[in-house]
Amino acid sequence: MRQIAIYGKGGIGKSTTTQNLVAGLAEAGKKVLIVGCDPKADSTRLILHAKAQTTVMDLARDRGGVEELELSEVMMTGYRGVKCAESGGPEPGVGCAGRGVITAINFLEENGAYTPDLDFVFYDVLGDVVCGGFAMPMREKKAQEIYIVTSGEMMAMYAANNICRGIVKYAVSGGIRLGGLICNSRKVDKEYELIAALADKLGTQLIHFVPRDNVVQRAELKRMTVIEYEPQANQADEYRTLARKISENKNLVVPTPMTMDELEELLITYGFMDTEPEIAVTA
Amino acid sequence: MKPSAKDVRAILDEVLKAYPEKTRKKREGHFAVKDSPEAEAAASDGESACSTCAVKSNVKSIPGVMTARGCAYAGSKGVVWGPIRDMVHLSHGPVGCGYYSWSTRRNLAQGKPGVDNFVPFQFTSDFQEKDIVYGGAQKLEDICREVTTLFPLAKGISIQSECPIGLIGDDIEASAKKMQAELGVDVVPVRCEGFRGVSQSLGHHIANDAIRDHVLGKSKLPDPGPYDVAVIGDYNIGGDAWASRKILEELGLRVVAMWSGDGQLETMKLTHNVKLNLIHCYRSMNYIARHMEEEYGIPWLEYNFFGPTRIEASLRAIAARFDDKIKENAEKVIERHKPAMDAVVAKYRPRLDKKTVMLYVGGLRPRHVIGAYEDLGMEIIGAGYEFGHADDYKRTIPQMKEGALIYDDVTEHELDALVKNMKPDMVGAGIKEKYVFQKMGVPFRQMHSWDYSGPYHGYDGFPIFARDMDMAVNSPTWDLVKAPW
Repeated sequence: MRQIAIYGKGGIGKSTTTQNLVAGLAEAGKKVLIVGCDPKADSTRLILHAKAQTTVMDLARDRGGVEELELSEVMMTGYRGVKCAESGGPEPGVGCAGRGVITAINFLEENGAYTPDLDFVFYDVLGDVVCGGFAMPMREKKAQEIYIVTSGEMMAMYAANNICRGIVKYAVSGGIRLGGLICNSRKVDKEYELIAALADKLGTQLIHFVPRDNVVQRAELKRMTVIEYEPQANQADEYRTLARKISENKNLVVPTPMTMDELEELLITYGFMDTEPEIAVTA
Repeated sequence: MKPSAKDVRAILDEVLKAYPEKTRKKREGHFAVKDSPEAEAAASDGESACSTCAVKSNVKSIPGVMTARGCAYAGSKGVVWGPIRDMVHLSHGPVGCGYYSWSTRRNLAQGKPGVDNFVPFQFTSDFQEKDIVYGGAQKLEDICREVTTLFPLAKGISIQSECPIGLIGDDIEASAKKMQAELGVDVVPVRCEGFRGVSQSLGHHIANDAIRDHVLGKSKLPDPGPYDVAVIGDYNIGGDAWASRKILEELGLRVVAMWSGDGQLETMKLTHNVKLNLIHCYRSMNYIARHMEEEYGIPWLEYNFFGPTRIEASLRAIAARFDDKIKENAEKVIERHKPAMDAVVAKYRPRLDKKTVMLYVGGLRPRHVIGAYEDLGMEIIGAGYEFGHADDYKRTIPQMKEGALIYDDVTEHELDALVKNMKPDMVGAGIKEKYVFQKMGVPFRQMHSWDYSGPYHGYDGFPIFARDMDMAVNSPTWDLVKAPW
């Protein structure tokens, strides 16, 4: 069983990418469990064709504690036998979502969610690693591999670099490694070159460049992955390729995060920042 | 026998040698040896009267040294708020903080438990995982409603924040406001999360500020008179505040509020209408006294009701703030109690004379009990505060005799080693120290809880204090135990 965590800036498309690539793995006959680690609980809707599944924490709140739950109540099965669980958590602005992730993952572990027949467990984690709770999947005996979803936009790259700092910390204590960057294209100029260079600087690889295609949005409206909604589409093949590359990936590294200056230099090199007009100096 | 100033310096140097150099240097600043008056005068810069009064204090304890300090929650719930008898004090968070601090402070209160006195109770919101993850607002509101249903005579609820409340950012201020409007009783949020500050001292300050913002000035004294006073910072340990109140009433004053031993919410609300605030524990409640002075122009006066010498001095100082009638009363009160006090001294002084004492206590006692011991012929050769500030040491060191050692936030190693070398006849500290020293064969009294005795304040307290000290020092037990020296 390989445990994999997907990180990246908020809104970059982690959940969409994760579910589409998991669909690719499932189509290839792999057994997969997705653990959503985000209070929004939208990590499994394309697999389950449901708005939002019953989450571990929401049910624990209703019952009084996780001790009152059965695994079967919070673990659903969707497209091609993919198992799904969501940590759940509070509305924005109250409580501690990070603790919710910790509690939920502990519950799943203690109640035998990680069965030996699974080939993959995917953790789909909230955008910003704001506290220890969201680093939970990186800890010892959890995920061993991380993939970062990014795009050619500066803040997405900035977030990717920051996540690498977190990986370095846990690489020492828990043995986690970075498997690569997934570029979820936003059609930024020279995006491929930029992310390939970023990957190079971080000591990793651009494992796959996922082009932008509106079929993804159409499929999402139907609560489906592209592979299920339009199996013949080009985009479905892109996700199949990503799934295959991750399945075959042996390139696992401790990343080498950059300083802010180095990151900005990279952007200048790829012509990202040179469009800013110089302020004219008048005598 | 009392060690000389030179001996004490040598002992201290030796004791501190046990530390790594960095720690030794840090700890060194937390000590002072009281100089002779001549040496002090010579060293004085003319501006401060006391050259050795500077002891480093109110800073973070060094990890690993076993400090006896508490936390901000302990300072707020345990000290300032807990003794108010007609309120429910809710330990908001997981169960341990409230449960293990339940009834540990012996602040007595009048009233029927569960009807109009809630001091003997322990209320907790007993946080579970779900409360951390989803926030405790709903639970807090449910508890407030339950409190008013089960205890209709409770005048209010104070919400004493434990650490997780601050960590998860619960808006207890909003919940308190909502519940106060809904239930018609005062609901006071107190942000005394344990991780704030370096000791319980910040908890006192936070608690004072909460009283200032939510309690003080919210009511009016219906019949203000010229002799209205409030007792500030007497927590009624073993009935101390009752003994103090009695004397003030004998003096002709009207005690309209007790802060907070045997205290009541309503009288705390109208304390800004008194003529004078009388402060016993300066450390934990000077904040509110200063506020009343600045905001309402009410003067405040520190007093000390331990032992006849200090009682007499305090009575005269208090009376000096009032008219001739009170001044005459003060002399009458002193005269009236003198024979009884003289009898106590006559009985115990021969048994306790020249005996030496080392103290390590909290907010006021390291200095306030000096006079009472001296009335019995005993001498304080070492004293220190767990969480004192510079202003406490400035008030303490001038009262001590040449060669006395002053220590701040003293560690277990330091206190053990100092006692072994300074060989006092008695140690006065807390429960954590008690059995350590008794096993060493050193007579010991708990000076936080009065060892389940008391009161020690006032004319009522002094005979009990003298008896207890005699009982400790002269117990035949100590002849059967061999001291290590």
